[in-house]
Amino acid sequence: MTATLEKTAPGPGSAESGLGAVPSFQVTLRVQRYLPTDAGDLPAGQDVGAPTPGEYRWDEFTLTMHGTDRVLDALHKVKWEHDGSLTFRRSCAHGVCGSDAMRINGRNRLACKTLLKDLDLSKPVVVEPIKGLPVLKDLVVDMEPFFASYREIMPFLVTTGTEPTKERLQSAKERERFDDTTKCILCAACTTSCPVFWTDGQYFGPAAIVNAHRFIFDSRDEGAAQRLEILNDKEGVWRCRTTFNCTEACPRGIEVTKAIQEVKRAMITRTF
Amino acid sequence: MQIHQYDVVIVGAGGAGMRAALESSVRTRTAVISKLYPTRSHTGAAQGGMCAALANVEEDNWEWHTFDTVKGGDYLVDQDAAEVMAKEAIDAVLDLEKMGLPFNRTPEGRIDQRRFGGHTRNHGEAAVRRSCYAADRTGHMILQTLYQQCVKNEVEFFNEFYVLDLLVDHDLAAGEVAEGDEVAVAGVVAYELATGEIHVFRAKSVVLATGGAGRIYKTTSNAHTLTGDGMALAYRRGIPLEDMEFFQFHPTGLAGLGILLSEAARGEGAILRNSEGERFMERYAPTIKDLAPRDIVARSMANEVREGRGAGPNKDYVLLDLTHLEPAHIDAKLPDITEFARTYLGIEPYTEPVPVYPTAHYAMGGVPTNIEGEVLRNESDVIRGLYAAGEVACVSVHGSNRLGTNSLLDINVFGKRAGISAARYAVDAPWVDLPEAPAALVQAELEEIRTRPDGERVGDLRQALQETMDANAQVFRTEESLHQAMDDLRSLRKRFAAVSVQDKSRAFNTDLLEAVELGFLLDIAETVVVGALNRRESRGGHFREDYPTRDDEGYMRHTMTYRRPLSTPVAGAGGDVDGSFSGSTELDGYRVVLGSKPVTMTRYQPMERKY
Ligand SMILES: Cc1cc2nc3c(=O)[nH]c(=O)nc-3n(C[C@H](O)[C@H](O)[C@H](O)COP(=O)(O)OP(=O)(O)OC[C@H]3O[C@@H](n4cnc5c(N)ncnc54)[C@H](O)[C@@H]3O)c2cc1C
Ligand code: SF4
Ligand code: FES
Repeated sequence: MTATLEKTAPGPGSAESGLGAVPSFQVTLRVQRYLPTDAGDLPAGQDVGAPTPGEYRWDEFTLTMHGTDRVLDALHKVKWEHDGSLTFRRSCAHGVCGSDAMRINGRNRLACKTLLKDLDLSKPVVVEPIKGLPVLKDLVVDMEPFFASYREIMPFLVTTGTEPTKERLQSAKERERFDDTTKCILCAACTTSCPVFWTDGQYFGPAAIVNAHRFIFDSRDEGAAQRLEILNDKEGVWRCRTTFNCTEACPRGIEVTKAIQEVKRAMITRTF
Repeated sequence: MQIHQYDVVIVGAGGAGMRAALESSVRTRTAVISKLYPTRSHTGAAQGGMCAALANVEEDNWEWHTFDTVKGGDYLVDQDAAEVMAKEAIDAVLDLEKMGLPFNRTPEGRIDQRRFGGHTRNHGEAAVRRSCYAADRTGHMILQTLYQQCVKNEVEFFNEFYVLDLLVDHDLAAGEVAEGDEVAVAGVVAYELATGEIHVFRAKSVVLATGGAGRIYKTTSNAHTLTGDGMALAYRRGIPLEDMEFFQFHPTGLAGLGILLSEAARGEGAILRNSEGERFMERYAPTIKDLAPRDIVARSMANEVREGRGAGPNKDYVLLDLTHLEPAHIDAKLPDITEFARTYLGIEPYTEPVPVYPTAHYAMGGVPTNIEGEVLRNESDVIRGLYAAGEVACVSVHGSNRLGTNSLLDINVFGKRAGISAARYAVDAPWVDLPEAPAALVQAELEEIRTRPDGERVGDLRQALQETMDANAQVFRTEESLHQAMDDLRSLRKRFAAVSVQDKSRAFNTDLLEAVELGFLLDIAETVVVGALNRRESRGGHFREDYPTRDDEGYMRHTMTYRRPLSTPVAGAGGDVDGSFSGSTELDGYRVVLGSKPVTMTRYQPMERKY
């Protein structure tokens, strides 16, 4: 399946018109397609072009793209101008909601943050769903196991005693201690880049540990011991093989592996 | 089809929805239905902060905050609501801190505060440090913190469920009830994205918390999913929408992309410059300059470009200059937004000014409510059991122009209030019968679109809609441009009747849902344009070049837009939208009827708005 689609001329106020000569270029997207077997009967005579339910298939689309266009723009171009059935999640389109983690040329990234011009365009750009979670349709995976691990590590502030009338005090330094891990947008890029998670879906995975870290090192929190207990489980932090895939994958620049190391250390030294 | 029953159903899991859920779920059986996973909601995109007169770093009080809110809204603010918000702001921030929100801190360890547009000391004397923040990720932290609390409290969520109809015992849009009779809510109809299955939720109380509608415009800071669903659901049942012509254009969107660079940048000292390097805001707002309210800054920028002082090869944007700020300061206070400039425009903000242009940002209007979050069906009567909070609602604390940081505040204060009201009502209220075949309408519409062999493409229609709104109903508006927009909307509505999708399956059919969302956008755009045509004055976010001044005599009133059957008698001369709040206009199969609602004034009489 190949289609060449033109992009309309840039309008006033557009980055393309404004920031000097912006090249247009040809991109070939190679996208993994999948339709589940329980997708319902397609209306008679209207099933042309749809993937055979239950089987994976690769579709190629050749598109004309511009300047700072991102992989998400290319996917939208396919969906809006050529094949409306291409399915993926997205919302914010600027890397803050965590909807569109996918495997792009073999690496986990957010489609809305990956500029096409930064990829090798001499070959097709390969887009697949993130690995290790059940594929529901095309690029959409079942996120429930991922969120279930997150919920298990008690991702909320635990305090005892009576609440102060005003705010709890926290020094700027104490606040800084866990700043990095507060940035997580639960996109699952880290967890689904982890070889341990691929072979053992029970492993909590980096994202859950990152979110445990966010509370363990918060000076206001009193639930660290419980969380460490949970993560001391056989499916907990000790399964981490320090391959750094997660750190590389994180679109928020969180030092994921370091956070995991810090949690391991806290488990041994009981200092946090 | 499945039928569920809950005392309270909350539609939307952004800041407003989850804040409501935390209150409601401890009081009674509550479900939250959201088309996105809660943490994907656009509250997470908010950057700058949330204002409250904590006075942690300098003298401040809630009365000054109220005044700024009223003045910022160009006096179209209901002052009782603004007072409630400013007063309860302090507890709202402290509540979030106690829930664990990691605010930036002062050297004493208290919540730090910074300047933000339009927030002043002592009624406009000078900018005040009132905004509580967590770097430039305040909304992210609010969304995460509220979700964390929902996990802790085991709030029940139905994620990736789209609410597509509001069930009421009398349909006002069909003219089923005489004005003055009681109307009560019965529940909602939802579509499960994963399976295509229809779910009917019977409820005593329904809280609408579906957020904004920025996608009626092409250049916007809003997520693709902000399609005005809750507003349209109410409007389709004949519930009025209030002040829809007031849409905020945020001054500093990345040029051409619309991605937002928070006002916090200017709060931290960034300066807007034109092609000549001039700090042009000194001319438009001599006292607070770059920190003037958004409507003023956005118009000033557009004016610079119009008068030929735009920067860039096509002179079509201005520059946001951070180069005089210390890189370390930028990294500490504005890490995310400077990364946006790097990632999306390839600009290094340490050394180069960033190209910016106004972007459609915030709907001041919405579903009318009182300060308890109850939805109004006219100037004063409520719909029993229906509540709204957040950007979907209009209480109205933002009047004709929202001040920065007041929305994160709004969602917390009025989300909490709506949650409490909805639960209290549900505890004693009787069940309302579901209508016969409650899902029939939704099912028929979806099947029609899904199985139509071919027709108009969703993408084409949406693009045409967004282009006409950008061209004709944006920062500058005229009678002529608005008539153009209205004509375009009429023809788009006809074309929409023939819309078809390529995805014919039932699993994860986002193609189908985008078609439905386009239908919502068309409804919202029409209320914006009709309101803007009627309002022959300029106030806050609504600027009519043909009526460039504020006209308190004629227009110090909220606009109310109603959908009514064609058979509704027309008022006024020929019934046109003639600037009188009594006109109407005919569309395919129904009539859009205008009305008004008085503005509540308590302490502040309207003054000229100078900064
Ligand atoms: C880029 C950006 C920066 C901002 N910065 C600030 C700031 O610094 N300070 C400030 O005060 N304000 C800011 N704002 C404004 C503020 O963030 C929003 O107005 C506010 O967060 C809206 O919250 P909400 O809960 O009403 O809606 P949202 O957070 O948008 O949530 C809407 C929810 O409704 C659900 N939903 C929608 N339709 C349906 C449907 N049909 N069925 C089921 N569920 C549905 C969605 O899934 C979502 O969960 C900013 C806005 C933007 C866009
Ligand atoms: S740690 Fe990074 S990669 Fe992992 S879920 Fe959070 S944001 Fe995504
Ligand atoms: S769409 Fe929100 S992170 Fe990419």
